[in-house]
Amino acid sequence: MRVGLVAVSHSAKLSEGVVELAVQMAPDVRVLAAGGLSEGGIGTDYEVVLQAVNSADAGAGVVLLYDLGSAQLTAELVVESLPDPSSAVVVDAPLVEGAVAAAVAAQGGADREGVARAAMEAAGAGTAAERAEREQAAGEAVRAELTLTNEIGLHARPAALLVRAIAGMDAVVRVHLGDDEADGHSVLALMSLGARKGDRIEVEASGPQAAEAVGRVRALVERDFAES
Amino acid sequence: MSCEASDVAEAIRAAADVIARHRVELTDLDRPIGDADHGENMNRGFTAVLATLDTTAPTTPAGLLKVVATTLISKVGGAAGPLYGTAFLRAATSLGQESRLDSEGLVTALRAGLEGVVARGRAEVGDATMVDALSPAVEAAEAAKGEGIAAQLAAAADAADEGAQSTVPLVARKGRASYLGERSIGHLDPGARSTALLLRAFADAAR
Repeated sequence: MRVGLVAVSHSAKLSEGVVELAVQMAPDVRVLAAGGLSEGGIGTDYEVVLQAVNSADAGAGVVLLYDLGSAQLTAELVVESLPDPSSAVVVDAPLVEGAVAAAVAAQGGADREGVARAAMEAAGAGTAAERAEREQAAGEAVRAELTLTNEIGLHARPAALLVRAIAGMDAVVRVHLGDDEADGHSVLALMSLGARKGDRIEVEASGPQAAEAVGRVRALVERDFAES
Repeated sequence: MSCEASDVAEAIRAAADVIARHRVELTDLDRPIGDADHGENMNRGFTAVLATLDTTAPTTPAGLLKVVATTLISKVGGAAGPLYGTAFLRAATSLGQESRLDSEGLVTALRAGLEGVVARGRAEVGDATMVDALSPAVEAAEAAKGEGIAAQLAAAADAADEGAQSTVPLVARKGRASYLGERSIGHLDPGARSTALLLRAFADAAR
């Protein structure tokens, strides 16, 4: 039983697009679109959002993301009016990045709080100071150089597989390509590296489960992200 | 002095009438700083409220306010839907099952509505929103508690008018108008205006 997601947007097309993208990353998560007015047109509609929340809830609760101003108000009002308001939560996160990160976290079995956190952290994952502190606490890093041999490189689906492979592990994972580096827990960050077939990436992990995390990434790369 | 459910229903009908008559004005106010739809949205909402009142007849003030809330929530688009919906819903909840609305209840309901709007919209006095009209209105209704509901509502409407006017020189800090920054100065906030209109309608109905 996984946490469901609802994308609340002023535009039906926008919310459907977000769902399309998120479902790619998380095939078993209920991701519902709640965009536009019920009679068509731009706006957010209480009934539309309420129905989406009810459909998205498989029993583990729902995380709602929104685009602009009144979408947040409508989403919050819907949550407040649920028989159990604690079963759903509205998160302040970028809609696209947040939905993708939340979907991956939900696919990996995270609870409502974990899914919400994944969405919120999608914007940039904390301040530089927090990151430095986290890395210092993590101690010695484990590194591996890996060559991508799968056809599409570190594109959406492989990036999502990578994030899922290390989800929930006690390790900070970073992926480097040349001078660029990406948080191994962020699908969007990994995709933004633009790593293609034939590129050599460096995976660097620290923390108690660093070696295991690197091992899982290596295994994924070596079997071409199960592409074939 | 207190009023019954039928008086509350009358006040709601008066409010719908005032919104219908000021539909164009509200939309014009919304044009330079917003989506140019506030009047249309509010009118759509209150037209639906009238239609609902024709088919259902709640027997308590709270029941009537709840009808207004749920209808506005689903029929008014934009931010005004959830904001007014929350205001009327919290006001309704604060009244419980009382069959009559008295001076004390009026203040309680207005304050609950204000708190709902503040919580939902995260706006404070000075942000150029409906809070600038509603907040002084609640204070005025409280100050006039000994004078009866009609006088309280009249005082609230006066304070709301003044509060709405106070948004003109302000920089909008919430909603679509806030995107304009300094350029939002010089405009009367449409939400503050509609709040003042609603309170004036209630006051006139109570006279």
